[in-house]
Amino acid sequence: MATKVVDRRPLSWAEKTYIPQILSGLRITFRKMFNPVVTLEYPEQRPTIPDNYRGVPTLVKDPHGREKCVSCQLCEFVCPPKAIRITPGSIDEASGNEHIEKAPKDFEINMLRCIYCGLCQEVCPEEAIVLQDIFSANGYTRQEMVYNKKKLYELGGTLPDKHFKWDKKKKASEQAPSH
Amino acid sequence: MSDAKDNLISIFIDDVEVKVPAGINLVDAAEMAGKEIPHFCYHKHLPVSGNCRMCLVEVGTPGRDRATGEPILDENGVQKIMWMPKPIIACATNASPGMHVRTQSNIIKHCREGIMEFLLLNHPLDCPICDQAGECRLQEFATDYGRGYSRCAEDKNVKPKRTKLGPRVILDDERCILCSRCVRFCSDVMNDGVLGFTERGSYSTLTCFPGRELDNNYSLNTVDLCPVGALTSTDFRFKMRSWFLKETKSICTESSVGVNTVVNSREGVIYRIKPRENVEVNDSWMSDSGRLLYKQVAMESRMSDYTIEGKPVTPDEALQEAARLLSSGKSAFIGSANSSVEEQWMLAQIIKKTGDSVPCWLVAHVGEGDGFLISEDRTPNFRGALLTGLTDKMPEDKLSALGAAIDAGEIDTLFSYNECPIAAGLSVEQIKKVKFIYMGTHHCDASQYAAVELPGLTVFEKKGTFINQQFRLQRFEQAVPSEGTLNDIKSLSAVLAAVSSAKSVPECVDSIWQAMSQSIAPFKDISFNSISDNGVLVDGSAFEHLPFVEGKSLHYEPKA
Amino acid sequence: MDWTYIFFTVLKAVIMVTIFMSIAGYTVVAERKVASWIQERPGPNRTTLPIILAIPVIGRIVTRLGLIQLPADGGKFLFKEDPFPGHVNKVYFILAPIVALIPALTTMTVLPFGEITRDGVTVPLVLANLDVGMLFILAFSSLGVYGIILAGWASNSKYPFLGGIRASAQVISYELAMGMSLLPVFMWAGGTLNLFDLVEAQSGLLFGCLPKWMIFFQPVSALLFLTALFAETNRLPFDMPESETDLVAGFNTEYGAFKFGLFFVGEYAHVTMGSALFVVLFLGGWSLWPLNIFGLVDYPAGILGAVLSALVFMLKTFCLIFFFLWIRWTLPRFRYDQIMNLGWKRLLPIAIANFVVYAIAMAVYIRFFNQA
Repeated sequence: MATKVVDRRPLSWAEKTYIPQILSGLRITFRKMFNPVVTLEYPEQRPTIPDNYRGVPTLVKDPHGREKCVSCQLCEFVCPPKAIRITPGSIDEASGNEHIEKAPKDFEINMLRCIYCGLCQEVCPEEAIVLQDIFSANGYTRQEMVYNKKKLYELGGTLPDKHFKWDKKKKASEQAPSH
Repeated sequence: MSDAKDNLISIFIDDVEVKVPAGINLVDAAEMAGKEIPHFCYHKHLPVSGNCRMCLVEVGTPGRDRATGEPILDENGVQKIMWMPKPIIACATNASPGMHVRTQSNIIKHCREGIMEFLLLNHPLDCPICDQAGECRLQEFATDYGRGYSRCAEDKNVKPKRTKLGPRVILDDERCILCSRCVRFCSDVMNDGVLGFTERGSYSTLTCFPGRELDNNYSLNTVDLCPVGALTSTDFRFKMRSWFLKETKSICTESSVGVNTVVNSREGVIYRIKPRENVEVNDSWMSDSGRLLYKQVAMESRMSDYTIEGKPVTPDEALQEAARLLSSGKSAFIGSANSSVEEQWMLAQIIKKTGDSVPCWLVAHVGEGDGFLISEDRTPNFRGALLTGLTDKMPEDKLSALGAAIDAGEIDTLFSYNECPIAAGLSVEQIKKVKFIYMGTHHCDASQYAAVELPGLTVFEKKGTFINQQFRLQRFEQAVPSEGTLNDIKSLSAVLAAVSSAKSVPECVDSIWQAMSQSIAPFKDISFNSISDNGVLVDGSAFEHLPFVEGKSLHYEPKA
Repeated sequence: MDWTYIFFTVLKAVIMVTIFMSIAGYTVVAERKVASWIQERPGPNRTTLPIILAIPVIGRIVTRLGLIQLPADGGKFLFKEDPFPGHVNKVYFILAPIVALIPALTTMTVLPFGEITRDGVTVPLVLANLDVGMLFILAFSSLGVYGIILAGWASNSKYPFLGGIRASAQVISYELAMGMSLLPVFMWAGGTLNLFDLVEAQSGLLFGCLPKWMIFFQPVSALLFLTALFAETNRLPFDMPESETDLVAGFNTEYGAFKFGLFFVGEYAHVTMGSALFVVLFLGGWSLWPLNIFGLVDYPAGILGAVLSALVFMLKTFCLIFFFLWIRWTLPRFRYDQIMNLGWKRLLPIAIANFVVYAIAMAVYIRFFNQA
């Protein structure tokens, strides 16, 4: 590797004593003391989270309150640290959503394992799992850090999407009952 | 093999010469050449129907002059290939000498794109909830040969989604691509024409004939056959996605047919059993009842504790106590045709060491055969008991002679392996008279009287071999781990070591096979790992005189 | 010597230790506050008690200033689990933090921090007015490093060991320069080693406006002494023994809970002690510049004067403590070889030269001008 020698300006006598530099440094730090603080008082003040933030993965419901997850287990498959564990189940015949057929019986995300990569959100065909703005996952026990289905829906809430894919499908089957 | 070799002909698939048996159809021929011709309706063990049109290929034959029959030569002096003007389906075309096949031409690619477009026209986007996803031919071919996007602006057809065709099969009509594999299976393989199509065009629907339902014991084969997710198993429905499942080759223990199976499990839990193709035994089929046998692994009656007089002890203590009891010189054994060849051989060694006159009984399990894949002998491995020297006569229905011997006080220790003595005709009093050692997978009526209980493993938790009714030696592998229970062979070897005070006894399948291949003539030159997936026929001529109970079944003819 | 005398001496000592330790403790809080202000953040501002918050305005100010942080930290150090690594030499491991703190408290006894005029006689406020005060301080403050060396050795693991080695080398290097830099000071003050006399010598005015502080007569000595003081107290930019970028936590890597707390307080006790010493030596002790320009030369007699002088002294000390903290958050840490270079190749020659020049100058002055 070619070495390029950079010519340095020779230090003056005063500079060699360090003292002027120390003094100017002191001046800078002293001025800083009177600047306003730049930090947030965290628990009371919260940072604004951008929309594409990858926080805690959550399960969401559609605007009609229907759980969107159909337990296809693609997220479980794609999850690099194997944090997701789904127990698939079928939907009750009388529930009104029986045409969707499948829903998770249990849905666990081990937040001790989760690396917030967002692959589960990317792979989800139903847009049911979303990494939202929650960034502080905490608990007193390991068991507490395994988020179950109930907790994931509590955290997720409802997202305003307008696909209503399954509602359209139900409507189509009602309009054209049989060939 | 020699006659098949004589019938080899030369065909050219994508200009590559392949030697194939005469008369083979082009789908199979291409498979032999390592090329894939996509197909939905064709299945090796079903009659050809040719309705899916996915396997279209261009075919040409060497030209001959019609008038003279002379070969037509081109300018290079090579016989000219007369290409057919339109693609034809490979599954219904047999190979002829010199035939040329194009599987990758532009026409074929366009044909496949068109077929896929038609098939997907009304196919619902159900993949996230479809059990077939991951092992779906339509999914695979859509990515491999499909157009990649939809030109369809119209709404899709709406059809019934959850029709119960039978107790174990559910039909999703929207997903059905009308390949008719299931229809042909029922009518031609089962000779029980339950299924058929009604209506026409896009209205076509798979249904049972009026008043019938798909309830025979082989109905789940239609689920395996279905190239899409139209037919699903009630038992497996929505339980697990196929891509998580580990596949382990195994053997069905339902009867002496020895159906080859694949056990699908994930993280130590078995989710389903599927048949494995073996053209010498079961083709691609297996019974519905055999598919349920995995439930025995997690049954409540599974034995888990090693006990002495009902008190839990360590495995080592229990095995030492069993060996101590067996050393009395007045012991008797009940062996089992449910055990693997290796276990039977180990038991035979233990019996030899405990005294020359020690008897071993086998219990018969006879049921009604269906002439297809369930034979009359409902144990998987009676032939193994013969070959390993555990017995040389047919098993007995009732062990009355053993009961009499116990009553006469000739026996003070009874070792029962995988068999319930009470079900075999002994009375509770007779069992109480002796020191009873029970080794088995599940609790039975007699296990509560056992002096020593030794839990064992089911076929899914161990590896070994069975010998089926054809004297075909077949291998099964361990599908799921066993927790806290020793392998049967380990337990038996511990007992053998204790009763024989031998320095080294075989402790694993491989070392048992080493010993067996030296001492048992039909097993000469066989090691556990050398047994192929299709099994090995062993010489059972020494036992031809025995009156085996099996009747005729698929690929099996009883001797005279 | 009667019992009352002993009683009052002990009482005075206890009061001194209490105040001194409180100052050292609050120096810790001050450090955190100054650090946060320089870094544009609020610093410790949450620790409080409901009873303190209940006080209207003051409670909130006290909380925001982090004044409750000290008892909270102390309590934490007390109640935390005290880890004892299996590989340490137990006796020395326990001894080390004590050894680190004691010299700072000991040197405090000879440090005058005010004066009291009673019956026309002015005496210093000091526990022991030693004639060899400065020698005593030099002797004892150097002992502080033994605690660090002992900790590094007793911990029996590599990072503390390296920290201890560095501390010993560093103390030896800078002790020389420190001693050398002080010689001209005492020569200038008339040969006394008594700190009270030194302070007395610095009272009064030069040219009617400047204080007669030693820093104006001996600027080079003051700079050298201050630099050496930083090195002696292991403060940044000289905190080689605890250089957390390369030594984890240096000599106190294996320490936790109260033993670590002792080290921590010990360091700040040294800082406080060093600041006070610098005030005595170079900043005229409690001499009240610039008020003495306007004729306010002496403190009033009695308790009032004593308190006032002590307060002035403390104010000056606090300013210097602030300077210590300020430097810490301004300068980066030296590399080890740079420290050795600076100590041996710069400070020591300069100190010797300084001493020689002043000695000759004073000899010439006394011989030809003063005739004293």
